[in-house]
Amino acid sequence: MIRFEQVTIAYAEKPVLAGVDFEIPEGELCLVVGGTGAGKSTLLRAINGLVPHFTGGTLTGRVLVDGRDTAINPPRELADVVGMVGQDPVAGFVTDTVEEELAYSMESLAIPAAVMRKRVEETVDLLGLADLRDRPLASLSGGQQQRVAIGAALTAHPRILVLDEPTSALDPGAAEDVLAAVHRLVHDLAMTVVIAEHRLERVAQYADRVVWLPGSGVAPVIGDPGPVLADAPVAPPVVRLGQLAGWDPPPVSIRDARRLAGPLRERLRLLTPPVADIVPANAILTANAVSVRYGKTPAVREVTLTVSAGERVAVMGRNGSGKSSLLWALQGSGKRASGTVEVDGKDPASLKPPARRTKIGLVPQQPSDLLYLHTVAAECAQADAESGRPKGTCRALVDDLAPGIPDDIHPRDLSEGQRLALVLAIALTPRPTVLLLDEPTRGLDYPAKSRLAENLRALTRAGHAVVLATHDVEFVAEAAERVVVLADGEVVADGPVDQVVTASPVFAPQVAKVLAPQPWLTVAAVETALAAL
Amino acid sequence: MRPPHSGAWWLWALGLAVAASRTTNPVLLAVILAVAGFVAVHCRSNAPWSSAYGMFLKFGLLVIAIRLVFSIVVGGITGPTVLFTLPEVLLPDWAKGIRLGGDVTAEGLVHALYQGLQLATLLCCIGAANALADPRRLLKSVPAALYEVSAAVVVALTVAPQLAVSARAVRRARALRGDAARGRNAIRTLLVPVLEDALDRSLHLAAAMDSRGYGRTAGLPKRTRVTTAVLVLGGLIGLCVGAYGLLDAEAPAFVGVPVLIVGVVLAVAGLVLGSRRLARTRYRPDRWTVPSVLIAASGAAAGAAAVLAEAFGELALIPSTVPLTAPEVPVVPVIGVLVALLPVLLARREALS
Repeated sequence: MIRFEQVTIAYAEKPVLAGVDFEIPEGELCLVVGGTGAGKSTLLRAINGLVPHFTGGTLTGRVLVDGRDTAINPPRELADVVGMVGQDPVAGFVTDTVEEELAYSMESLAIPAAVMRKRVEETVDLLGLADLRDRPLASLSGGQQQRVAIGAALTAHPRILVLDEPTSALDPGAAEDVLAAVHRLVHDLAMTVVIAEHRLERVAQYADRVVWLPGSGVAPVIGDPGPVLADAPVAPPVVRLGQLAGWDPPPVSIRDARRLAGPLRERLRLLTPPVADIVPANAILTANAVSVRYGKTPAVREVTLTVSAGERVAVMGRNGSGKSSLLWALQGSGKRASGTVEVDGKDPASLKPPARRTKIGLVPQQPSDLLYLHTVAAECAQADAESGRPKGTCRALVDDLAPGIPDDIHPRDLSEGQRLALVLAIALTPRPTVLLLDEPTRGLDYPAKSRLAENLRALTRAGHAVVLATHDVEFVAEAAERVVVLADGEVVADGPVDQVVTASPVFAPQVAKVLAPQPWLTVAAVETALAAL
Repeated sequence: MRPPHSGAWWLWALGLAVAASRTTNPVLLAVILAVAGFVAVHCRSNAPWSSAYGMFLKFGLLVIAIRLVFSIVVGGITGPTVLFTLPEVLLPDWAKGIRLGGDVTAEGLVHALYQGLQLATLLCCIGAANALADPRRLLKSVPAALYEVSAAVVVALTVAPQLAVSARAVRRARALRGDAARGRNAIRTLLVPVLEDALDRSLHLAAAMDSRGYGRTAGLPKRTRVTTAVLVLGGLIGLCVGAYGLLDAEAPAFVGVPVLIVGVVLAVAGLVLGSRRLARTRYRPDRWTVPSVLIAASGAAAGAAAVLAEAFGELALIPSTVPLTAPEVPVVPVIGVLVALLPVLLARREALS
C-alpha cells in the first residue's frame, strides 16, 4: 500500500531521513517511533506528498502510495487515498461546525451530495459523534476535536490514514477512545494506518509493526514491535520491564506481560517497594477554598491545597477538569474568584509581577509564549536582567538542565526538550520557592522525560516545591511523590503517588498494572530492588 | 425542516433597512427596531453568532448618545425653544459657521435624536441579520469559480478571533517574566510571539487544506486551466480599461463602452469555464425553500411600503422638528414593517407541526 524505495529527504543538504526502504501492506497499523527531531513528522508527511511539495527540501528515491508516485502527485491529488491528521487538530480545521468539517474533504473531491450525506452519517456513527454534529468546533473538548479531525479525514474514504501524535494532548480516557476508534478502522475496514507517537505506552499494543527512526540520517529499523522497541532508546515501560525480567521477545501489551509476570511477581513478593519520602510538613504554599470562574462556568471549585518545601505534587484529571486554571490562580497571574493563596506568608496575586516570580514561577503549556528574542544568549541575558541576578545565572541553569545548547541558536530551532529546558531555566532564574509546570511532557521523548524528572528531583532536594499538572501517568509515577486528582474543578483524591495511581485503572502506570496487586510503579524501582537481592 | 437560506435573512434585513433609511419618524423607527429585535430573538438558533443582535443594539445606543452630545456641543439646527445655554467659545474668522457651545434648543435635540435613532435602527437591522444567519454560510452560496476568494475570506474571518486568543495567552505569559518591558519594547515582546503563532497557524491550515484536496484539478488538461486564466485576466484588464475610458472624457470613444462590454464577456466566460474547471460539490447547500422566499418577500414588502409611501408624498415619514410637532403615524409604512413579522409566524407553524 505504501512503499518507500531508497528514500532520502534533506533540507538544505542536511539529511533528515536516509536509506528509508520499506513497504507497509494493506490493513496494517504501523507505528513510527524515535526521539524528538528524528524525522517522524517528515516521514509521515512524505506519505501524502506534503514533503517535499509543501515543505520544500529534496527527496531522492521514490514514494509510492497505492501505486501513485508522490513526486508527480501533490497532496491535493492524493487526498482520495491518504487521510492526514496533523499534530494539532484545531490548526487544521477549515470550517466551524462539526458536520461541515466532516464534509469538507468530500466537497473538495466533488463527491455527489447524496453520497456525502450518507458518509457523514456513517462516520458520525463510527466515531460516536452523533451528539456533537451541530456543535461549533471551538466548543468541543480535546478528545472530541481529535475524533472530529479523524472523522473529517475518513469521510473521503481514504485507504490510508496518517496520524501525527493523535493522543499527545489528550487525557488517558480520551486517548483510549480515539485509539479504540482507530483500532476498529484497521480491523473492520482494513484501513492502513500510520501513527507517530511519543506516548508509546498508549499505542504500542495496537501496532502490527514498528518503524524506529534512530535520527541523524541513520537508516530506520523495521520489524515486530517487541524486538524493535527493546533496541530503541524510546520504549514503553512494559518493554523495559520485559527486558529487565529477560522475557524474549519483550511483550508490548499489559495482557501479554501479565501472563509472563508470574515468576517475577513471586520474586518481588518479599521485597517492599520504595515508599515516597516523608516530607516534613513545612508548608510553603497554602491555598484555601480557591475558586475560579469563567463567566458563569466554574472551572475550579473551592480547592484547598498545602504544599511543603521539597515536595513534588502532580495534579491530574480529565481535559477541562480545571488543572491549568488552578495553577494560574495559585501563581497569581490568573484570576481567582474567591479563596486565599499564601506563598511564604504572602499572597502572590497582591504582589507586582516581578516580585511575584521570585516567590512562585510557572512554566505555561506553550513554553514558546515566553520567548521573543532571537537567540538563546539574548533570552538568558534578558532573564538575568529582569530577575536582577548576576550575568550568566540563567545560562548556567540552561547548561545544568540540558547541556550543549549553543548560544547563537534561535529558540524556535531548539528541540521540544531543549526549549522546555530554556523556559524552565528562565522561570528558575529568580529562584522561586515554588515552581508550577503546566503539561511539561508534551512532545518529549522518554530520555528527555527522564532528564526532566531528574531535574525536578534535584530542584526539590534544593528546597524548592514543585507542582505539575499533567496527563502523563508514566511521568507522574517517575517524578511525583504526591498526586492530587481533580474532577469538575474539585479535588477527588489527594495522597501519596503509589496509593492514588494504583487505585484507578486510568491513572495506573504500566508497571503497576503488570505487577498488581504489588504496588510497584516504575521499572527503576523494580531494578533497584532486584539488584539489592 | 431545513433552516431558511441565509440569503433570505439578509434580504429580509435589507428590506427593513431600506424602510429605516427612508424615515426619521420615531414611531416608525421604533416599530422597525421592535420587529427586527423580536424576530431576531424568536428565530435565532443556538449558534455562537446568534448573540450578535444585543451587541449591535448596544452599539446603536452609543451612536444615539454620541449624536446627542454632538448636537449639544456643536449645535446644528436651532429653534425658538431654548432649554439652556452653554458658554460659547468664540472661534476665529476662518472657522465661521462652526459654533461651539451656546444655546441648546429642544428642536435641535429632537432632530439629533431622530437622526441618531435612524442610524441605530440601521445598525440593528444588520445585527438581526448577523444573529439569524451565519455570514460565512452566505459566502458559500457564491459561484463556484469564486470559491477560492470566498475560502480566503472565510479563513480571514477566523484570524481575528484567533489573534485575540493568542495575544491574551502571550500577555498572560509575559506576566510570568515579570513584564519588565515597557513602551516600544512591550510591543515587540507581544507582537513577535503573536505573529509567529499566526504564521504557524496559517501554515498548518494551508497544509491541512492541501492534504484535504483543496484546489484539486483532478486530471483536467492543462489547456483548459490556461484558457480559464487567460479569459479571467483578459476580462479584468478589459473591465479596467473600459471603466477608465468611460470616466475619462479625453479618451477616444472606442475605449469606453465597447471595451467594457468585451471585458465583461471575457470575465463571465472565464468564470463559467472556471466553475466547470473546479470539480467541487456542496454539502447540504442552502436552498430557496418556500419559507425562505416568504421571509425575503416579507422584508421586501417593508422596504417597498416605505419607498412607495415616500413616492406618493407621505409627509409623516419626515416629521417636522421646526416647529416641534408630535410625529404622526405613517399608516402604510407601519403596516409594511409589520408584514416583516411573518418569519415569526412561519417559525411558530413549524414548531407546531
